[in-house]
This record gives sequence, structure tokens and C-alpha cells, in this order.
Amino acid sequence: MLNSQLILNQSIIQDEWTFVPLPNANEEVKKQAGKLVLYKLTGESQPSELQINETVIPQTGKIILPLRVYLKNRNTLQARLKNDEISLWFATHEILEPLLASEKNINVFPLIAVFSERFQDGRIFTLGNLLRTRYQFTNILRACGDILQDQLFYLKRSGFDSYLIKAGKDSNEALKALQSFSEPYQGAVDIKNPVWKRKVRS
Amino acid sequence: MYQYDVIDQTIVNERVSQFRDQTARYLNGKLTDDEFRPLRLQNGLYIQRHAPMLRIAIPYGLLSSKQLRKLADIADRFDRGYGHFSTRQNLQLNWPKLEETPDILEELSKVEMHAIQTSGNCVRNITTDQYAGVAPDEIIDPRAIAEILRQWSTFHPEFSHLPRKFKIAVSGSKQDRAIVQAHDIGLEFYYDKEEKMAIRVWVGGGLGRTPILGSIIREHLEWHHVLTYCEAIIRVYNLHGRRDNIFKARIKILVKNLGIEEFRKQVEAEWLHLKNSPNTINENELKRVAKFFTAMPYEKLNDQDSTYDEAIQNNRAFASWVKRSVHLHKQKGYRTITLSLKPHGLAPGDATSAQMRIIAELADLYSFGELRVSHEQNLILADVKLKDIFKVWEKAKAHQLATPNIGLLTDIICCPGGDFCSLANAKSIPIATSIQEAFDDLDYLHDIGELELNISGCMNACGHHHVGHIGILGVDKDGSEWYQVTIGGKQGNDASIGTVIGPSFAADEMPGVIKKLINVYIEHRDPEERFIDTVRRLGINPFKEYVYA
Ligand code: HEM
Ligand code: SF4
Repeated sequence: MLNSQLILNQSIIQDEWTFVPLPNANEEVKKQAGKLVLYKLTGESQPSELQINETVIPQTGKIILPLRVYLKNRNTLQARLKNDEISLWFATHEILEPLLASEKNINVFPLIAVFSERFQDGRIFTLGNLLRTRYQFTNILRACGDILQDQLFYLKRSGFDSYLIKAGKDSNEALKALQSFSEPYQGAVDIKNPVWKRKVRS
Repeated sequence: MYQYDVIDQTIVNERVSQFRDQTARYLNGKLTDDEFRPLRLQNGLYIQRHAPMLRIAIPYGLLSSKQLRKLADIADRFDRGYGHFSTRQNLQLNWPKLEETPDILEELSKVEMHAIQTSGNCVRNITTDQYAGVAPDEIIDPRAIAEILRQWSTFHPEFSHLPRKFKIAVSGSKQDRAIVQAHDIGLEFYYDKEEKMAIRVWVGGGLGRTPILGSIIREHLEWHHVLTYCEAIIRVYNLHGRRDNIFKARIKILVKNLGIEEFRKQVEAEWLHLKNSPNTINENELKRVAKFFTAMPYEKLNDQDSTYDEAIQNNRAFASWVKRSVHLHKQKGYRTITLSLKPHGLAPGDATSAQMRIIAELADLYSFGELRVSHEQNLILADVKLKDIFKVWEKAKAHQLATPNIGLLTDIICCPGGDFCSLANAKSIPIATSIQEAFDDLDYLHDIGELELNISGCMNACGHHHVGHIGILGVDKDGSEWYQVTIGGKQGNDASIGTVIGPSFAADEMPGVIKKLINVYIEHRDPEERFIDTVRRLGINPFKEYVYA
């Protein structure tokens, strides 16, 4: 089976980052009734205290940490952060507010990754858009998890520039999908204006 | 009607290549069933009982004669010589082959058509009033905005994988014919106090297993902001709509659980960020698109024609057809005609390729080469001169397109049901045809008057049974097919959801049950009172008692 391959912009590259997963949760899943929304019963759990505490943080090298693990260890990680060794990932059902509350400038992170468990989970597109447009994140925005060729075009348009293609899938073929449509209709993150502002139309 | 420029055409062509590649990857095992499913669905392709089903988009129900001829050719070449017009103004083919769908899409692209987003968890085909542009009660022709919405929603990256399907309807007439209250978003156009075009925005309507009528989220929205406001709504839904349970995933459930006040608060907060962002429409773009929907080059005519009047006098059959099928028009001397796709005894909404060609010819000869599809599953010639109506009738009648039952009991809205659909609990087409046969007496049918009878083969409600004056729902009881009856549903400005009258019936009881309901109505009706009004006045009890007596 093909290993998971990384696309950055238009090419396949070696991944210089180590992804730090959360240990598997074996406690009961608690449904989250979110803070800013009364209704966020999407069925997924937030990482538990136990998972956060048991996450093993590699002591050297460039690492992508779970958001909650970073927040918990924020103080001890500052030196490495200055050294551009610390990036973050979070899952599509997590909320960004704790991050935004703790970091005035999220561009301290050279990379943010959004993890999507199922490729049909379209929250990743809104999250990409918000990170780029509302929270002004300008560094590398990576999509990881169940990332497939046929969603790449939408991911690109939603502000992602890095895609960790799911293991077993052909990244060379996936690259082509970034060019699926030459002149999209609507304005989005990559091309801001709708087509009728970009072109003269009859 | 709207005509593609090179940008539209390129998008559709690129879509054909993309889908050809996706289908090839699926067929050679590079895509799993699960990976391919959303891709094919967003191209209108279902896998059904007998074969795949392909749903072709007819944006806001508008079709040219050239396109209809192409659909006829496709039905002949790739299917069994007929197609099914659906309640969402689209066309469905019941027997295409998976391997051939890229070819079908390529043929469609040659006449500026496609199957983009006719299914799947994305923004679907935009629907509207079938009489847009010609109805006397129209305030604003909603088609230009509908086309702008179509383009904006096509491959909208942020909303390509929503929790569930998303349907938008637009309406600009006094009498709502687009059922804006039964859509995820309903946009109702009007002129505000300053005579500026504005929009009343409805949200959270939908039929299906939990029928809910929409709520007004914004009473007044300036038209420039329609896209960004929709983006705010759909963004809140995309983030917070349920994804763990497909039966609770529609926006209506989110709106209901949050309450419209809280939902509005979240949408408005989101919109503060999106308002005036680049997708805001400007005057030029509206003008550019609106010029495709200007009035036809009408002749100046009197609103009276002696040959037409004489034909009505002298020909009873013609007169009774006119009563049902000919509708008033904005322009003097013109009328709008509904061709019935509901001949008694055949599947409602079906048209053969031969009929499609005849209808295309009628459109060319008498109606500027254009057609509309109604959500009642009929076809419409929007702009026919009074003096031509008799000729249209003769030709239509010769091809079983002139059953004088528009708006009457046998003008049944019906989903494909158990004959075609793998989700069905029960067949629906044979129920429709048995009722049509039981009410084959035209005088009686006209005497009963306006009545909407809608049938769905399961609670997904493709046949809109909740809003039928009489609704029939197929249910499964211990593996056999039964039918539950509701009365008192209605579409339009005063929409309502029907009430179940009691335990369900076997298929062969259904025509008798409908007859009993009609008998109660005839006995109790006030002069000029329609079935639905009698039900609203008396409640369901007298009907219930008689049917179960
Ligand atoms: C034959 C294959 C078909 C399948 C598998 C199918 C599937 C479904 C499903 C699963 C739903 C429920 C979705 C929900 O509640 O979220 C639904 C609703 C609906 N379908 Fe179909 N359908 C089919 C054919 C049709 C046809 C032929 C029409 C038009 C005549 C149609 C029009 C609709 C409409 C109007 C709804 C209700 C939408 C709403 O709740 O707002 N469908 N369909
Ligand atoms: S209502 Fe049910 S049976 Fe009828 S087409 Fe829809 S899903 Fe199929």
C-alpha cells in the first residue's frame, strides 16, 4: 500500500513535521454541548483530560501537537515555538475559541492542520475559510485525515495549501484534481472575487 | 432564457471530464463505493432498484425546445424512451447505465445542461414559480436572482459537503407557487416602502420525515446581500448541523432545536463578517443576467379573440380543457397553457420521447421555443396567443397531453415509489393510476373542483404528501404495503401540514377511501368552497367518521 504522501501547493514533498496523535480514548464518550452554541450535538467527543495528559510530546524536532495538548503545555513550549518547532492540529468538531483566546497572533505557528475523520465532513471547508479570512492565518494550512483527491479542489478554494493524502491513494493523480476547474463562479478564499468581477461577461 | 457564455460552458465541460475520470476510477477499483457515492450523487446519479437513476437539472424549471429535443434523444439512446419530470422541476431517467452516464452528461453539455448538484449533501437545483415572468400576480420576476444563485452555488467550495441536502426556492408573486415555506431557504421578493427590491428570508422548512414549515429569519434583506446572507445561514448550518444522525441532519432540525431567535442571532453575527464581501451582487451583474429574462417580443393584441371564443362555445371538450389548462397572462392576447402529464392510468409526470418532441414543436410554433416544468410535474407553454390555443389543444390531445385535469383530483403529484425507488415502503404509481381510473368521469371531476392529491412511497416525502389537500403515504406493516391518509395539507402562502385521519389502508381500498372523502365534501360544502376549505372549516372528524364507519 502507498504511504501517505504530502502535497504542498502544486508538488509532492517530504514531510518535515511529526504528527503527534492523541492516545485512544477508552473512557465513555461525552457529547459536547458547546459553549457558544447551545446546540452542538454532533456526536463526537472532545479529547479527555486523560488523553491530553497521556499524550507523549517528542522532545526534539518539528511536531504537530493536538490543540488541547498545546494549550495545556503552553508555557513549557514557548522556546520551541520561537524556534518554529511547534505546530497545531485539531479535529473538525473542535472549537477554535480557546486557541483564539490564548494566542493573540496565530501566525506564531508555522503550520496549522485540520484533521477530518471522514471526507464527507464539510466542516473542514468552513474552518479553513475562517482561519484564513477571519483569523488571518497566513502560514501553511494543512488538511489531514481522510483526505482524498476529489475534495482537493474545494480544500484549495477554502484556503488550504497543504494536503496529506490518505495512505493507499495516488498523490500524483491527486495533484491533477487541483486544476479541476479553470474559472470558478463564486469568490472564495483563493480567488476572492466572483467570476463576474474578474472577467467581462456577455 | 439564460444563455451560456464561454465561462459557463467551460465549467460544464470540465465537469464532464471530471466525472468521466471519477467514473473510470470507480470502475477500475481506485475509488471505493463509499468514496464514489457522494461524487455520483452530486452528479444526480442514484443506484436504484433496477438500474441507476440519473436526475438532470432543469434550473428553475426553464427549458428550451432544443434542450427538450436533446432530452428526448437521450431518453431514446440511453434509456427506454421516456423520462420522468419531478416535483423539483428536474427530469429523471430510470434506466441509464452507470458506464454511459459520462456520455449522457457530455450530450447534455452540448445544449447547456448538466446534472450538477441534483442530489447529494449540497445546495440543490434552485426552484421557482413555473409562471415566473408571465403571471399577472407577479411583483418581481425571480429568475435573474435564481440564475445568480445557481452560479454561486455551483461547486461552492465551502458548502460542498453539508450535513444534508439543501434546497433553496425563490418566489416573486403574490400567490406563492414555489412553496418557499417548505424549503431550507425560501426567498420571497417584494418591493419595500422605498420601492426597492427586497427579500423576505424563510429558513428551516422541509418535508420528509419531520415536516416543518419555515420561519422568517429576516423580514427585509436588500437584494445585493442575498448571496452573503445565504452564506451566513449555510455556514452556521455547516458547522453546527448534526452529522451523527441523517434523519436529524437537515437545517430544519437545527433551527427547531436552537429556536429561530437563537438561530437568527448566530446567523446575523456571522453575516456581520460576510456582509459586503466580494460575493455581494452589484447592479451591473443583476442587469447582465436580467437581460436574459426580459419579456418576449409580444405582438400588440386584443385580449379577446373571436375564433377562440367560438371554439369554446361550440366544443365542450375544448371548453372543459380551457377551464383547467389555460391561465391568465400579463400580456394582453396571450395565455399560459399547462400540458398535462397526468393522463388517467399512466405514471404521473412521465413523458415519452415522442411526446417530448411534440411538446418541443408546440413550443417552437406557438411559444417562443420555451417551456417550463412545474413542481406539479406538468409542462407549460408560457406565451401562447389566444388564436393559437385551439391548435395547441388539437395537437396536444392527439398525443395524450390534454387531459383536462390540471388542478383537479387526478392531477396527482406522485413519487416513483416502490416500482423504482429502493427506499420505498410501498408502491405509489399504481395507487395514483387506480385513483385516476376511479375518477375518470370528467364532469364529476370538474364538479369536485380544485383538489391536490399527493402520494409518497415513504416518509421521505418526495411526493409532498404533507402539503396535499389529500396526502397518501406508503407505510410498511409487517412486510406488506399499506397507505396512510392525511387531509388538510396545503401549499402556498397559507401553507399547512395535513392531519392523519386514522389507521392505514390496503392498496385496493384506496380508490374507495378517496371516494368517501369526496362524498363527505360534496355533502357539506358551501357553494364555491374547495375541498381544502371545507376540511379547514369542519376539521377532520366528519371525514374520519364516514371513512371508518
Ligand atoms: C427514485 C429515487 C429517489 C430517491 C432514492 C429519493 C430519495 C429521497 C430521500 C432520501 C429524501 C428525504 C431526504 C430528507 O428528508 O432529508 C427525499 C426527499 C425528497 N425528494 Fe426524493 N428520491 C427519489 C426520487 C424523487 C423524485 C422522483 C422526486 C420528484 C418527483 C423527488 C423529490 C423529492 C422531494 C421534493 C423531497 C422532499 C424534500 C424535502 O424534504 O424538502 N425525489 N428523496
Ligand atoms: S418518497 Fe420514498 S419511495 Fe418515494 S421516491 Fe422518495 S424515497 Fe422513494
